[in-house]
Order: sequence, then C-alpha cells, then structure tokens
Amino acid sequence: MISGKTTFQGYRRENGRVGVRNHVLILPVDDLSNAAAEAVANNIKGAMAIPHPYGRLQFGADLDLHFRTLIGAGSNPNVAAVVVICIEESWAKRVVDGIARTGKPVTGFGIELHGDHDTVMRASKVAKEYVQWASELKRIECPLSDLWVSCKCGESDTTSGCGSNPTVGNAFDKLEPLGATLVFGETTEITGGEQIVAARCATPEVRDKWMFMFDRYQEVINRHKVDDLSDSQPTKGNIAGGLTTIEEKALGNIQKIGKKCKVIGVIDKAETPTRPGLWFMDSSSAAAEMVTLCAASGYVVHLFPTGQGNVIGNPILPVIKLTANPRTARTMSEHIDLDVSGLLQREKNLDQTGDELLAVMLRTCNGRLTAAEALGHREFVLTRLYESA
Amino acid sequence: MIHFVLHDPKDSVAVVVVEGVKAGQDLTGWIMDEDRTIALKAQQDIPIGHKLALKDIKKGDTVIKYGHDIGKAVADIKAGAHAHVHNIKTKRW
Repeated sequence: MISGKTTFQGYRRENGRVGVRNHVLILPVDDLSNAAAEAVANNIKGAMAIPHPYGRLQFGADLDLHFRTLIGAGSNPNVAAVVVICIEESWAKRVVDGIARTGKPVTGFGIELHGDHDTVMRASKVAKEYVQWASELKRIECPLSDLWVSCKCGESDTTSGCGSNPTVGNAFDKLEPLGATLVFGETTEITGGEQIVAARCATPEVRDKWMFMFDRYQEVINRHKVDDLSDSQPTKGNIAGGLTTIEEKALGNIQKIGKKCKVIGVIDKAETPTRPGLWFMDSSSAAAEMVTLCAASGYVVHLFPTGQGNVIGNPILPVIKLTANPRTARTMSEHIDLDVSGLLQREKNLDQTGDELLAVMLRTCNGRLTAAEALGHREFVLTRLYESA
Repeated sequence: MIHFVLHDPKDSVAVVVVEGVKAGQDLTGWIMDEDRTIALKAQQDIPIGHKLALKDIKKGDTVIKYGHDIGKAVADIKAGAHAHVHNIKTKRW
C-alpha cells in the first residue's frame, strides 16, 4: 500500500519535473528527416530515433498539434537531451526553442544545403556528447507527488470492464490523494458513459468543457461516418472478445477513473496539465495515438489494461500492461506485466490488485523495463486533424 | 469455480470468465457489487468474455449491464443463451 512516505527513484530535470527514463532522443520534425535521424541513432549507441510519417504541408490547428506533440515529446522528463533534425533549419529551430524552455540540452540541424551525410555527421557528434553526459545523471529519491501517470486501455473485452480497468481505477483512487498528476482520455469511447463522467467533474466549468469536447467528437463522427460505426466501435477485436455495443465498451472504459477521483480539468490534445489531480484529455481512442499524446503532455508512466492483448509500447513512456483475461495472460504472457485474472475467480479483490499494480508501477519507475520496452515496442504515432495542403 | 460475473444485481446479462462453457452446463455466477453467487444453466456454448442472458429478454427490450443501458435486443434472448452482436445493438449512431 502506498502512502505519503512512498518514494521512487527518478531523474529530476532542469525544470523540476521528474522522469523515470533517461533517453537521448533523435527527433525528426518531418518524414524526410527519418533516414538521417535513424542513421544518427545507429551511429550513437544509447540514442533513440523516433521516426514518424508526417510534418509536411500541414497547416492551421493540425500543424499546431504537430509542433505541440514534437515539442512535448522532447520536453518529456523521461528525455535527458534531444537532437532535432528537419529538412528546413527554421522549423528545426522552432522545435528546439520549444524544448529549450525546459532547460535541457537540445540542438537542431537542417538538412537543406548540407545533405544527409553532413547532417548525420554533425548530429552524431552532438548525440555522442549528449549520451555520455546523460549516462552520468543519477536517479534520486522522489515523492509520488512528482509522478505523472496516464492510462488508456486497448483491445478491450468484457474482462477489461470487470477486472483490469477497475484495477487501474483503484490505483488512481490511491494515487490522487498523494498529489500525483493523472489523465484519462479516449473521447469517443465514453459514448454511453458521458453523463457519468460529467457527474465526476469537479466544477460546472470543467463539466461544460468536458461536454464541449465530447460533443465536438460526436460531430466529427457524424460528419464522416458511412454506417452506424459498428465496424470500428466496438472494433473487431472487441467483438471477438465479447463486447457488443459502444455503450458497454464505454461503461467498462470509465472504470479506469476509479470511484472517488474528481475530474479537475480538461485539456486538448498534447496540452500540459497545470496542477496535480485527474485530468481528461480530448484524444483518439487508438492506442498508439493516445499514448503518444500522453507522452507529449508530460506523463512519465502509463497504465494499460488489455483484454484480448494489445501489444503497444511507446519510445518515451513505459507502458505497463495488465489483463484480467486468463486466456490472454496464458497465450500472450510475454506482453503482460501483471495478470489480475484472479479477480474474476473471486481469489483477489480490487484493493489487492490495485496494490499489485502500484507495486509493478513503482518497480517500473525505479528502472525495471516493461514487457513492451523489452520487446522493442516503440509506437510513436502522431494524431492528424485533417488533410495536408 | 466462478463461470460468469455481473456487476449490478439489476443487470440482464453477465460475462463468462472461463473457457469452454458448454450448452447444458450448470454455471455459478458472481454478483460483484453484492459479493454473492447465483446459479444458471447455459443454453448454448459460450466463449470466454462473451455474455449470457440472465433472464428471458424480449426483442426491443433495453439490455442492462453495470446497471446501465448498453443497447436494445434485436431478437428474443432466452435466459442462459449467448447474448452478443447477433441479438443486441446500440441505440446510437
């Protein structure tokens, strides 16, 4: 059981935030810079490239989100230092300037007028210095009030709502009074449970903003859907797992926010919370998109309940998987950090599985690699709002 | 052995939590919110994670799980029968 005296070993960064990993990122701003970024990460052991397919001819709110996500990823306290690579030097600088506000080491390189060879050479020299510098940083003892924890479930089935999601909820109910900063999201997957979330909002202002975000997503769906969405929500995997309707999925989904926590604020995609407590982030329900947004918001560890066995990871955030489905725990054991199937045989109660999850979380924060990290799952997936120009 | 679980005593469907449930099998269910068990006979083979009806549900009836509306029956469902996308649909979208 955790208390106000519980601590973990983290890296306190220049801006005071605490990370649980010590990555040196090679961050491409656009698709064209992936090759150079990956070449640098190949040259310099201990550096990690996070390639992605976007960054060209985006505009307006979609471009703002692109920059916010990249700057947020680089600013995450799990990242010690960053090398930014972009086809155009001016946009590299925009990302560098954003990350530099944290005080961490960051340098940008433009490929134009240099080519890949020269860019890779210059960036590799800086990356080597960063890796050696970061390798001497020490973990220090930190209180749970320094910890930012995100959650999102995936490949849910009916066991998620009965077991693994309420286990996360129990952990959240224990973390919230200790001053942790928490988040949940998945706007469309609350369809059918929106009034339950509204009732959990701390103030009328928060409730209004939540309903605004919810209604905004419903409009997007209504604008683009060609059928009743029953091929996507629930997904084929959800249906194979026994989930029948979006309402059933949503009611299972919101078990993750526990029984007590109030929603103290609503943030847009990749925005940063301003104080401790439980936040809602407007976000897709697609696992890699949502977890990437959590990383960009500054969360440092992620709790991921799964039913049928989603295998997602993230390059920046350690993703801890738990399942209450005994078949998934048996057939996909290499992906599962915590098996809570005993809950559904009445062998354990939620208080016990919540404590077990917090114990796994603390070990992860102290440096133990998650299953997804050990297996090399590094899904870095940017959310797009609309077509490129 | 718990074969199926439900959250709320008002629920009209419950979740099978073991593999290999066969038609005719006598099942034990656990009402999580009240921590008590109930008995029911399976009418069909039901895969793990899938739902069974706890009582006879008529076409058009609202289906209740977690104590909430999760959709409507689009066919009659007998107590102990498999309850899923072939006989339940969302009321939305």
